Amino acid sequence: MSQRPSTLHGLGAEFPSASALLHAAEKIQSMGFRRWDVYSPFPIHGMDHAMGFKRSRVSLFSLLGGITGLSTAFALIYYTSAINYPLIVQGKPYFALEPSMPIFFELTVLLTAFGTIIGLLLLTLMPRLHHPVFNWDRFKRVTDDGFFLVLEATDPRFDPDSSRKLLTEIGGTYISEIHHDPELDPHPARPEMEPAP
Amino acid sequence: MRAGDASAQAAFAKASDYLERQPLVANHRPLSWITNHVCRIVEQPAPLWWWVSTIIFGAVAALTPAMLTYLVATGVGVWGLNVPVCWAWDITNFVFWIGIGHAGTLISAILFLTRQKWRTSINRSAEAMTIFAVICAGIFPAFHVGRIWFAWFLFPIPNANAIWQNFRSPLLWDVFAVSTYFTVSLIFWYLGLIPDLASLRDRATTRFRQMAYGLLSLGWRGSNRQWTHYEKAYLILAGISTPLVLSVHSVVSFDFATSVVPGWHTTIFPPYFVAGAIFGGFAMVLTLLIPFRELYGLHDLVTDKHIDNMCKIVLLTGSLVGYAYSMEFFIAWYSGNPFEIYAFTNRAFGPYWWAYWSMITCNVVAPQLFWFKYCRQNPWVVLAIVMFPNTGMWFERFVIIVTSIHRDFLPSSWGYFSPTWVDITLFIGTIGLFVFLFLLFVRFLPMITMFEVKNVTPEADPHHPDEHAGHRQHGNNSQPAKAHA
Repeated sequence: MSQRPSTLHGLGAEFPSASALLHAAEKIQSMGFRRWDVYSPFPIHGMDHAMGFKRSRVSLFSLLGGITGLSTAFALIYYTSAINYPLIVQGKPYFALEPSMPIFFELTVLLTAFGTIIGLLLLTLMPRLHHPVFNWDRFKRVTDDGFFLVLEATDPRFDPDSSRKLLTEIGGTYISEIHHDPELDPHPARPEMEPAP
Repeated sequence: MRAGDASAQAAFAKASDYLERQPLVANHRPLSWITNHVCRIVEQPAPLWWWVSTIIFGAVAALTPAMLTYLVATGVGVWGLNVPVCWAWDITNFVFWIGIGHAGTLISAILFLTRQKWRTSINRSAEAMTIFAVICAGIFPAFHVGRIWFAWFLFPIPNANAIWQNFRSPLLWDVFAVSTYFTVSLIFWYLGLIPDLASLRDRATTRFRQMAYGLLSLGWRGSNRQWTHYEKAYLILAGISTPLVLSVHSVVSFDFATSVVPGWHTTIFPPYFVAGAIFGGFAMVLTLLIPFRELYGLHDLVTDKHIDNMCKIVLLTGSLVGYAYSMEFFIAWYSGNPFEIYAFTNRAFGPYWWAYWSMITCNVVAPQLFWFKYCRQNPWVVLAIVMFPNTGMWFERFVIIVTSIHRDFLPSSWGYFSPTWVDITLFIGTIGLFVFLFLLFVRFLPMITMFEVKNVTPEADPHHPDEHAGHRQHGNNSQPAKAHA
């Protein structure tokens, strides 16, 4: 069935509902698959748990952004008002915490937002305009009302025949091979796949 | 016993009719209906009314650059500003527009954190409104500095004068607050747009649309490995936007509150300004949404329940604002300070009495109509009522700014401000710009957050008991449909 095994990205299956996809994901996860993903028009409650995800690390980037923002604000105000050009305005101290609070707050928020968005882009590897799943014609419905599960060929437990059977057993329909576009994708799957244990 | 059972059952049935939540998407629409119904606004040829109104409002919007060019070429004196009234329509318009923006962030961030699921069908357009309102707001302080080509002095950029900004000044805090607010609102809005832009990409029928929406959606594919980070990022942005939105109008109010002018020097200003901003903002959300809901037939997504909820927020914040007005008077009297007492007596009974009583009528009296269910349930009545807060919130800022400074400590320097034609035309121009940008938004971007609306339908709940068969019968939002069981 695989005339060009080197271009096989994985096997995709469609599921009728969010609930069916969640149950399928629980089974795939319990079987020890590692390189697979589910695709849905909206985030499904409980899916992170079903796929065994830990907490997203976006918050770490937000925290780094926030710390950078706060220290930038402090350095900026202190350096400009108290060191580089101390200037008496209305008899107020060169530097004090109270009037600095609004700028501390605003720059912290601003750089937290930047940190969050940078973290999101790094962790989701976006922007990535091309991906093998887009080669599957049914996949267009993922942003409408389609629920999909894709087992990737690089997973050690992947086997074209038994994985296809597995997807049918857990309720998948329209099971299809998804292929890389060799001209566009610089990282094709390994030509030799390890057999499923 | 039997009869008692029957009557208890009847009472229970009656009670559960009241208690059952109205579904957030009316008529139990399936997921693909939501996608089709929202995307078709962008995909189908624009209706005639859209062209007519876009051309009209585009022409009105053109008054903005025209008036600004005239102002820069001639000088800031073309506005009616003069001692003692050096802030008038410019800062009134600035505070008016920036306040309108607050409802968008409130809906997108605060209602998100408090898990108000009804926000999903209105947050996109409210956030768009925020961004356009802040654009309109930013014009005024930028140009009121007079020599606009020196506006970069506002930012801490090393320069040949070797002098830095005065970080002790609330006007500089305002620069940071408003620019942060705009940037974070834009990021939050764009983050929410990514999955919906991917919907438009996947439905694109022309190569150009596919490329444009494909680039904007950053290759989104709805995988759970993306959703998990996406949801976290959205939560964090909502978390930081919540104190941000409260801070922005507080900082705006510091422009006044940290001065020593009677009528401005008031500790009540930050909460009073924030409540007023949310009040005016929700009025503007209703003003925009009710016509577009009719024109695009979005009744199943923006239901009567949504309008009802927003009316209640307008009623609540309107009453808060009314409380703040009376408390200002009480404190002025209680302080025993003759200047403070005069400033407030002058506000209500001095030469600007007409502005003060317009404000009271529009902001305190008119919203009280929302106590009546009839007024909240009839969209056209709602539209008529919210025109009062829209006007009243402009008057509020005018009253605070102009009546406080037109008669300050020295009677010899008292004055009376009247706007010039440039003041008036520029303000009309920004109204045109605001509506023009909103018309472009509804034409080119999905005006309802499809993925979030889908997420509050019963189908989206993975633990829904009758996911395959019965989900058309019960519309309870994401709760197990057992109200009548």
